[in-house]
Amino acid sequence: MTTKKFKYYATGTLSLALAFFVFVVPFLFIIVNALKDKPEAALLHFTWPSETHLWENLIAVVEARDYMLITAFINSIILTVVAVTGLVVFGAMVGFVLQRRPSRWSGLINFMVLAGLIMPPAVVPTIWLLQWLGLFKTLSGLILIEIAYSLSFSVLLFRAFIATIPRELDEAAILEGAGPFTLFFRIVLPLLKPVAVTVIVVQSVAIFNDFTNPLYYLPGAKNATVQLTLFNFQSMFNTSYNLLFMNILIITIPPLIMFLFFNRQIVEGMTAGAVKG
Amino acid sequence: MNIQGKKGTRRGLAAAYPSWFYLPAAIIFGVLFLFPTFASLFFSLTRWTLFQYSFIGLDNFRQFFSEPFLVWGLVNTLIYAVVTSGSKVVLGMLLGILLTSNVMVRGLLRAIVFFPVLVSTIGVGITFTMLMHPTNGLINDVIATFGVKGPAWLTDPRFALLSVAFVDVWKGVGLATVIYIAGIVSIPAEYYEAAKMDGANALQRFWNITLPLARPATITVIILSLIGGLRSFDLIWAMTKGGPGFTTDVVASVIYKQYQAGFYGLSTAGNVVLFVLVAAIVVPLSFALNRKEVEA
Repeated sequence: MTTKKFKYYATGTLSLALAFFVFVVPFLFIIVNALKDKPEAALLHFTWPSETHLWENLIAVVEARDYMLITAFINSIILTVVAVTGLVVFGAMVGFVLQRRPSRWSGLINFMVLAGLIMPPAVVPTIWLLQWLGLFKTLSGLILIEIAYSLSFSVLLFRAFIATIPRELDEAAILEGAGPFTLFFRIVLPLLKPVAVTVIVVQSVAIFNDFTNPLYYLPGAKNATVQLTLFNFQSMFNTSYNLLFMNILIITIPPLIMFLFFNRQIVEGMTAGAVKG
Repeated sequence: MNIQGKKGTRRGLAAAYPSWFYLPAAIIFGVLFLFPTFASLFFSLTRWTLFQYSFIGLDNFRQFFSEPFLVWGLVNTLIYAVVTSGSKVVLGMLLGILLTSNVMVRGLLRAIVFFPVLVSTIGVGITFTMLMHPTNGLINDVIATFGVKGPAWLTDPRFALLSVAFVDVWKGVGLATVIYIAGIVSIPAEYYEAAKMDGANALQRFWNITLPLARPATITVIILSLIGGLRSFDLIWAMTKGGPGFTTDVVASVIYKQYQAGFYGLSTAGNVVLFVLVAAIVVPLSFALNRKEVEA
């Protein structure tokens, strides 16, 4: 074996072992403990359960507090789907006009986009405002909040991508008599598919995993989103670590599916947006 | 079309790219982000019950800066942001170099490092709270096999903040790595070849080529992780709730605690302090970093 080949296998094996130990073991720890019974999980050991309780634990987690997890999943899915749809359509509309028609407003809008990216939202005044609008503790209110807070990121990605679509295409469509509505929704939006997929994947994961905004703007057990069930769960089943880990496992499934399908796309989109944007 | 005057062209543009496309986004952003931000400047100067307010000037800020535990929150925020950001730059760059080199199972390694980015922060926080348990936790079990007694990671005031920062890095380093991978891949291979011909060793190539040319990636990682670090709340809330004592309280957790306690004016003042902190650090830094890049 040549030295070069030896080095190749040696660094590879070493890196893999290290990555396994640092990044994979914590997830295996979640899995094995989600399969244990209550006393065994309470020991917090990283061992295979003496008897697996997959089904029992699953049922127990789902049934807990009047099927709270089911309600939470429904809430989280509605929240994610509606907010992300809004982000794609509204973000692309802004990105489109902002890129295509420079005007004296462009500077201000670009500044707003950056401000939205950097500045932390003012929490209590937002709650006060939502109360006044009758949107506090409603899913609609939280959906609008998630859109408002993530718009900047979507606009940045869309604007950068629209710059790569030739203007001639717009001109051809206009000559054919397409109005702005047709131009955007029939011609441009379909071409934005690659960047739209990035926005959809990245924002779905972010909104599905969001904890802080539901905590502030959608409190209450019947409104819980999945991240909050985790939190309520922890205080309720103080010592039922098996159920706690099962809950973590269940709510990790949607991001895992996203990851398995879109791993490459997420990475490409993130870097395109982050380094160029 | 080509005989249209300037005015006509502008009208043509306006028709094809109408300003009302800004409207839905502008309304949502203006009402739910900008308006509360401006309102916070006012309400931070009041004693406030959400229904009534009385104007008290700078008293909230005076209180904020005179209560030791609130000032701790500010100091902790800075420590947390600097530690996480610095670690993500160093580790992200090392991992980026490793994962762009010709290494076995590269794709799998990239996936493993990136996956935690997508997982629930609260889930990660709870899991690491268990892994960091002083007597039963896996981390101290492993350390014990080397004959060393591990510290009480989250309950010892000396370690608690850094322990949470460690988990933040564990979860977020994948994003930094991906940004570095993109930055390093875009460096032309010819530079390395030329340097090799001139007899530069690996360290010299890293120092003179990779490090300066990966600069845009470094800037992105620093800015993103500083913004994230200064605003961080969920991981700290999941792992320590600001304890033991107030040793892991950051501005964002102070804001939440004051809100829960009903001190809305004080909580909003905390918010204003956080804006100022973020703006004062991130805006000049991004200007400085980006300007140097142009000069180079």
